Amino acid sequence: MSDEKIIQVPTMAEMLAKGEIPEILFWVGCAGSFDERAQRITRDICKILSHVGLKFAILGTEEGCTGDPAKRAGNEFLFQMQAMMNIELLNGYEVKKIVTACPHCFNTIKNEYPLLGGQYEVIHHSQLLQQLIDEGKLKASGGESFKGKRITYHDPCYLGRSNNVYEAPRKTLEALDAQLVEMKRCRSNGLCCGAGGAQMFKEPEPGKKDINIERIDEALKTEPEVIAAACPFCMTMLRDGVKNYNKEEEVQVLDIAEITARANGL
Amino acid sequence: MISQLIFAVIFILAIALFTYNIRKIVRNIKLGRPLKRSDRPKERLKTMLRVAFGQSKMTKRPVAFVLHLFVYLGFVIINIEMLEIVIDGLAGTHRVFAGLGILYNFLIACFEWLALGVLVGCAIFLIRRNIIHVKRFFGVEMTKWPRTDANLILIAEILLMIAFLSMNAADFKMQSLNQETVIGSFPISQWLVNLLPADLDALHIIERCCWWFHIVGVLAFLNYLPYSKHLHIIFAFPNTYFSNLHPKGQFSNMESVQHEVKAMLDPSYTPPSTDQPVRFGVKDIQDLTWKNLLDAYTCTECGRCTSVCPANITGKLLSPRKIMMDTRDRTAEIGKNIDHNGNFSDDGKALLDDYISREEIWACTTCNACVEACPVNINPLEIIVNLRQYAIMEESQAPSSINAMFGNIENNGAPWKYAQADRANWREVN
Repeated sequence: MSDEKIIQVPTMAEMLAKGEIPEILFWVGCAGSFDERAQRITRDICKILSHVGLKFAILGTEEGCTGDPAKRAGNEFLFQMQAMMNIELLNGYEVKKIVTACPHCFNTIKNEYPLLGGQYEVIHHSQLLQQLIDEGKLKASGGESFKGKRITYHDPCYLGRSNNVYEAPRKTLEALDAQLVEMKRCRSNGLCCGAGGAQMFKEPEPGKKDINIERIDEALKTEPEVIAAACPFCMTMLRDGVKNYNKEEEVQVLDIAEITARANGL
Repeated sequence: MISQLIFAVIFILAIALFTYNIRKIVRNIKLGRPLKRSDRPKERLKTMLRVAFGQSKMTKRPVAFVLHLFVYLGFVIINIEMLEIVIDGLAGTHRVFAGLGILYNFLIACFEWLALGVLVGCAIFLIRRNIIHVKRFFGVEMTKWPRTDANLILIAEILLMIAFLSMNAADFKMQSLNQETVIGSFPISQWLVNLLPADLDALHIIERCCWWFHIVGVLAFLNYLPYSKHLHIIFAFPNTYFSNLHPKGQFSNMESVQHEVKAMLDPSYTPPSTDQPVRFGVKDIQDLTWKNLLDAYTCTECGRCTSVCPANITGKLLSPRKIMMDTRDRTAEIGKNIDHNGNFSDDGKALLDDYISREEIWACTTCNACVEACPVNINPLEIIVNLRQYAIMEESQAPSSINAMFGNIENNGAPWKYAQADRANWREVN
């Protein structure tokens, strides 16, 4: 590929070795690290962070699962082992502020780590994007135009209902001058993609339909050109749903970070 | 004088029986584990006023909201009328508050309008349940008793309101026939006047019969509450007061596990000694917190939780309403066991498996839709996750793919089988 390049993303260890302290830690998460589709979101977030000149770092190979799927599945031991190891690491680097693209990591570090001794300012990437747009550091210009495109946004449960973040992701889409169409079940009434509570890692129980198909049926009713996601798990479930109807050509499933990166030509 | 005496006896007996039964329920709720829920009293009071008193979460379903509002306001405000009836009954007076004059007329008029509202509301509720068959009121857990219970409540309320209006109508007609100045204002019951006989004695009998039917009916209804989902008219208030004030995504921390994990990571750490052997997670009622049990007794079986549950919508076995109903049924069963044996004697049953199946708990996506939907801040999700904790930590029984995920996290620090060393490889590919 012609535009192939290695993104310069330092780790906390590398930064420390140089005697530098980043403004913010980018918590990549397991999906963002290993899932091929989610890796593209991860890279776009790095591009955005570099573009606005924010000094950031990742933990790299030192990062470990936050323990979210273990906790939701009922394995408190495993959750706490993960949590305590991560907290020790984060506290060791004196991390103050964390941004993450995964609502599950976001929720766990923000709400559950403080109970185990890990106090950080945690934001979801949608909140960071909104902040950058508000500050005028990010504009939807110089790249692909989303003007007038029909976009429907799917609320991730762990961002919306769990933490009341409904407006930030919508603000990033409003900046595009796109046509935002809401599904019938949105915001606090949003319907789960079917992956939370460790469902991502198991076959669904018998029923008449898969949850992501129910969700995609509703999303497709809005006749969208883009379905916007803000969670790597939702991304997988929504994409599978679109594939199920062979609509990959007509309907794109994109993370709000990808949309923002494209709109800015990054 | 005799009627006053009879009234006093009935009244005292009804209150005593009600107190006796409520105390039993409170004792049952106290079977749960301790949980601190008395911090931030201001915020709690606000939540209660907004959610229970202000009905804020009901507005999501406008039709049900308006109908329920009629019945709710009727219930709350007609209590002033009840006060008068009780004083009249005990003191042998008739319309003791009549001295309030215009204000009294205004109040009686309000009660009449509200009575009509309750009547219409209950009638439409009956139609929705029995003729239109609103989907929410059906489901595997809605067996014969829950449906009968709902219908009984609605019919009782309709009868009580008819008695109230007939009583007023008879009183109004008597006053008119006697050519007295009319005490009270009867905007609704005046329509019934022509249906009544013009004979004073007959009117007096009708008025007394309705009066007695109304008050005895109300007292009987009060004593029906502890056996019914209708208990929510009382428990909705404490239940919202003791609501979870943390973000919905914050699942409670297990301190017992924390001590063990700390000791594992740091051999010098000595966990505080505990008197009781700790069970991890929830197998039966005694492992739940008192708030979970209060939730169960508060549940009105309205099914808003189930109708928004993604698992239930897509035909899976899980129904959050059933989780609450099972929890209450099992608590009541244990309560009876204690009444019978003095102490709980093992009956070989438990909440998990005998009431709630594994298939149900594993179908949950922990999306919090049920918690969001409940008009009285009940949390079925917490019970589900706590049952999972028992299955995992006490029994090691999980779907095999879940065990594989645990293994991956333990060995590779990620739920998928990728090497920790490859975690940052995404930097090199594009």
